[in-house]
Amino acid sequence: MSGPTTRLPHRLVLVIGGLALASCPSRAEAHLVTTGLGPLYDGLLHVALSPEDLVPVVALALLAGLRGVTHGRSALFVLPAAWLLGGVIGLAVHGGASPSWTALSFVLLGGLVAADARLSLGATTLLAALLGLGHGYLNGSAMARPGLGAEGLLGIAAAVFTLVALGTSFVVPLRAVWARVVVRVAGSWIAAIGLLLVGWAIRSRA
Amino acid sequence: MRRGPALALLAVLVWAPVAQAHVQQGQAAGFFTGLGHPVSGLDHVLAMIAVGLWGAQLGAPGIWLLPVTFPMVMALGGMVGLLGVPLPGVEIGIAASAILLGLAVTAALRPPLAAAVALVGLFGIFHGHAHGTELPAGQSALLYSMGFVMATGCLHGAGIALGLIHRWPWGQTLLRAAGGVVALAGVFFMWRAIA
Repeated sequence: MSGPTTRLPHRLVLVIGGLALASCPSRAEAHLVTTGLGPLYDGLLHVALSPEDLVPVVALALLAGLRGVTHGRSALFVLPAAWLLGGVIGLAVHGGASPSWTALSFVLLGGLVAADARLSLGATTLLAALLGLGHGYLNGSAMARPGLGAEGLLGIAAAVFTLVALGTSFVVPLRAVWARVVVRVAGSWIAAIGLLLVGWAIRSRA
Repeated sequence: MRRGPALALLAVLVWAPVAQAHVQQGQAAGFFTGLGHPVSGLDHVLAMIAVGLWGAQLGAPGIWLLPVTFPMVMALGGMVGLLGVPLPGVEIGIAASAILLGLAVTAALRPPLAAAVALVGLFGIFHGHAHGTELPAGQSALLYSMGFVMATGCLHGAGIALGLIHRWPWGQTLLRAAGGVVALAGVFFMWRAIA
């Protein structure tokens, strides 16, 4: 009973994912929040207070939720784990990132939600892994400087886990056409924000 | 059963902007500037509401396809503007959007869905090019963009909500009259753009 859907071939998802990885970061953009309660809580709050991390996580939760319980479970465990791994790599490498990564995740995930793309479980898992690795890497790189370390990353991963659990549990039971359309409209907003971000990112480099 | 997660998610989302205002200077201001920008110009407001009205008139799938299409194409127009690509006749295009969308509602026009989407998308480029790039200095581009897109989407939502009166005979008449008002306002915008 849902609206028209789009089936994306695995190869296309892999190509898009590869391009996403290739557009690698050069400058850290993450902003770290100090709660005064320690790095774990700083990490927990970071995701909730950083739209550049929060929105893609919500978008992935919506995407996985639209596809059902199995996809939701996969995203629930893969995303935080990949975020943690990316964070550890970022902490070790002390690299940086460009705003293009954030913009890309907005456009890609928002676009897939808007299209109600019928991704396979493997594709959803791959997207979760790429998102986690990319954003985790950015967080880890930014956290290396103030020395928040692994505790902060754990807090971030816990927040990501909670958000995905909330988001997917909200979307999975939706059956009414209008309710699923609302989710898709939210996806189109996320993609639109991402497109504007691409413009801002290119303009700031010019 | 579903209220718990929904309320918790809502709480997290509502929580963020307040704290941001303290942690990152000027971030919340960017969001509210973006949120306020689309409603600051009557031309943009009327065209957005007309998209919703027309969508409601068309029924499914137009009722959701038009509002899904518009923000994305509008953002594309904004991106083109940010890249410095000039778009001639932006103000004329915006005025034309109010005229044609208003007329479509007045005439209860039902073109093929692809044509309706293409028309709305075309106008979205003009609106995005004109309005999506006006970020005040020192404010967050991300939060400005979020506010801008959300406000535009809410205007569509308002149009759809108003357009639901279409199900009653008196509502259909009222809806067509509203379309006429939008078209007339469009004529005024066109006169102002050309003069």
